[in-house]
Amino acid sequence: MAGLAVSTTINGDSVEYLCQPDETLLDVLRDRLGLTGAKEGCGTGDCGACSIILDGRLVCSCLVLGAEAEGRRVETIEGMADGDVLHPLQQKFIEHAALQCGICTPGFLIAAKDLLARNPDPTEEEIRFGLAGNLCRCTGYDKIVRAVQDAASVMRAA
Amino acid sequence: MTAGFDPRYVKRDFASIGTRPLRPDGIDKVTGRARYGADFNMAGQLVGRVLRSPHAHARIRSIDTSKAEQLAGVKAVITAADLPDLTDGDAAMYDILDNCMARGKALYDGHAVAAVAAVDARTAKQALKLIAVEYEILPHVTDVDEAMMASAPVINDGVFTDGVEPKPAKPSNVAKRSQFGHGDVDAGFGQAEVIVERSFRTEQTHQGYIEPHACVASVSADGMADLWVCTQGHFVYRQHCAQLLGLEASKLRVTSSEIGGGFGGKTHVWAEPVALALSRKAGRPVKLVMTRDEVFRASGPTSATSIDVRIGARRDGTITAAEATLRYSGGAYSGAWAELGAMTAFACYGLENVRTVGFDVLVNRPKCAAYRAPSAPMAAFAVESVVDELAGRIGMNAVDFRIRNAAREGTRSSYGPVYGPIGIGPTLEAVKMHPQMQAPLKKNQGRGMACGFWFNFGGQTCSDLNIGMDGSVSLAVGTVDVGGSRASLSLVAAEELGIDYSQVRAVVADTSSLGYNDMTDGSRGTFSSSMATISAARNAIRIMRERAAQMWDIPVDEVGWEMGHAVALGEKNGNLGRLSLKEIAAASGKTGGPIAGHSELVADGAGVSFATHICDVEVDPETGATRVLRYAVVQDAGKAVHPTYVEGQYQGGAAQGIGWALNEEYIYGRDGRLQNAGFLDYRIPVCSDLPMIDTQILEIPNPNHPYGVRGVGETSIVPPLAAIANAVSNAVGVRMTHIPMSPPRILAALEAERAG
Repeated sequence: MAGLAVSTTINGDSVEYLCQPDETLLDVLRDRLGLTGAKEGCGTGDCGACSIILDGRLVCSCLVLGAEAEGRRVETIEGMADGDVLHPLQQKFIEHAALQCGICTPGFLIAAKDLLARNPDPTEEEIRFGLAGNLCRCTGYDKIVRAVQDAASVMRAA
Repeated sequence: MTAGFDPRYVKRDFASIGTRPLRPDGIDKVTGRARYGADFNMAGQLVGRVLRSPHAHARIRSIDTSKAEQLAGVKAVITAADLPDLTDGDAAMYDILDNCMARGKALYDGHAVAAVAAVDARTAKQALKLIAVEYEILPHVTDVDEAMMASAPVINDGVFTDGVEPKPAKPSNVAKRSQFGHGDVDAGFGQAEVIVERSFRTEQTHQGYIEPHACVASVSADGMADLWVCTQGHFVYRQHCAQLLGLEASKLRVTSSEIGGGFGGKTHVWAEPVALALSRKAGRPVKLVMTRDEVFRASGPTSATSIDVRIGARRDGTITAAEATLRYSGGAYSGAWAELGAMTAFACYGLENVRTVGFDVLVNRPKCAAYRAPSAPMAAFAVESVVDELAGRIGMNAVDFRIRNAAREGTRSSYGPVYGPIGIGPTLEAVKMHPQMQAPLKKNQGRGMACGFWFNFGGQTCSDLNIGMDGSVSLAVGTVDVGGSRASLSLVAAEELGIDYSQVRAVVADTSSLGYNDMTDGSRGTFSSSMATISAARNAIRIMRERAAQMWDIPVDEVGWEMGHAVALGEKNGNLGRLSLKEIAAASGKTGGPIAGHSELVADGAGVSFATHICDVEVDPETGATRVLRYAVVQDAGKAVHPTYVEGQYQGGAAQGIGWALNEEYIYGRDGRLQNAGFLDYRIPVCSDLPMIDTQILEIPNPNHPYGVRGVGETSIVPPLAAIANAVSNAVGVRMTHIPMSPPRILAALEAERAG
């Protein structure tokens, strides 16, 4: 089957690729573009490990078609740090040990970034509900919530 | 054991151990750079896919793969015929082989029957649809109690209950009977003034790691093979794959990827032998990644159980006798799951008369795998529920009743061994003083507490420690890092050598670069690899002392080692001063060449571990929904190497236990098919379901480890089922006996109580 030609912007860079009509954006990112930071934990939008930001909106990239990225802006975990300088969320996740195995971490970071963009000073409850679309099986979420609280406070002070 | 290594605990002041540095793999994991099972690719790689039985129990009459083979882009199709039986009478290996690919009979919904390798996922999926399997559907059984009935369909004609004399004449689904205990249980019940007896059930759960099983296999024409895989034990995977494929172990190099959660579920091969067989047939590398549906249907789960517990006590609070009968489903294959339940059930208590009997039961469900302290949480649920009820009947506080009966140093455990210094008493004393015990409870709220035990494992371990010419240190370990052990083991190397944490880099070596290591299971990773690291570091220090002696031209026995330096001992050497590790390393080319310390040992003496948890809940009587309000974990770590990661283990185990207690269960239809093979319907706790989880680390040194370390990973999942059941029972005034306590079950229990 002939592929569809797609022009999009990923982490600020212009990117072009061919994809099949039924291919997910997650598969395009991982298998065609080598951006394996987004993970497939379920493929059904239940775990959030594939979270990305599409035109400013948090989405599961396993529920978006590669073809749908045409003309849009995609932000992935690979674009979160500014060169060598980690985003405050990334830094605080390491400092608070908010990851054990780390497979859910890229999705959590993207979701937390989106949450703080909409609500820079969330309560614990707002953080917990804001991140309820992302599954973590290792941490019990305690250290994740604390890392987000700490990062939010750093970002507000900046 | 490495010659001359003394593993005994010696009290000391630590410089690095107990500090909380940042983990060495942190940046890779927050930037998306870390490579997990599915993140690796090889040139010319094909995509593998597995065809699975839709039936719970069926004879496979025929498999026609010809149409699939003819599809353009398909490079290999395999069935059991491509995995000939090379297990040579090894029954456990035969079960693994049969589980990887059904041989004549499909034994559960999800059992693999064929597999393809094609140029892309779309072609592979299409090819699966072209494979024609003719099934003869057989009667099935998925319930553990039903499977034990005489009328149940027998799943494996070759299974005659092990552990009973004489050997049964007829096959059955009871694979094994095991018994533990001591004393005279009947006499003990005769002395009891109060006896509580109850039956319990727990449903099957999955480890629920977020990363599905994934591997890339490459077999070359000359028999050389490589396997990249997410696993808890790459050396064990090598052994199993090599045996099943007929490869020489040394020609199969297995590299463990970063692992996206395991919890015991990545200790068994499933897809890996299939991927290797596909690669061998296709002559190209094959990547095989399970879907989430496959993860639920074909990997993992823990046992469903049915448990009867009876405990008797005098009115002064002394338990006089305890017994339990424990039935554990093992999936369609034999296991040792009930045995572990029977061993752990009463391990927290010092009992004069105790007996436990376990039955391992075959059902038409996926082959059970270990799940964090396998089998212990269910047994603890049943026992700790009865302990709570008994305390109430006697009129004693639940904590005081447990303290009175707690095992202590010198107690003969219910499973046999006599305990050394242990932490059950101290965790109970700490819980008694915990502020959560004083927090006020409102209407519909309840508090529960419970204890838990896990053995902890040691086992075969090998490490290499190499001193670079610049004085930096590389540590190669063979235990997979599932939750931060590279940080812990770097701390251990730094401690022993007397250098800074930042000078050490720990890596997990592949199977061709290091001697054999058992897998990271049984909470053994940091316990055993730290022992091997200490031993390797001491060997390196011995060499560095020799080099320093050479540099100073004095006998080696006049050279000591302090704080990262060789020091010349004795007054006559007073003018020689010190030589740093860095100076000795820089001179190594002229003093005998590279400096390294190796270690190969069996890490014996893993210290047993105990925990006590407190849980406060609120139950909505309208909906039956339970909310966890507060949760606290108190556990003995022996010595917390990196306390932040110890806390993480405590919190993670508690969270998994909360999910198990309240929500998670495999739901089978009457057709024997799994109805909730996805994260939407098999609901693990999300962030908004949980409160902060308080942790308290106790440190009662393990006498059999130089630093006193005990395993910490598993015990934390043992008490939650019971603690939450006790809390819910206290909140609603009805004893809950069926896990998970999902809203419908709680409503039904309330309704039954109202109906009297």
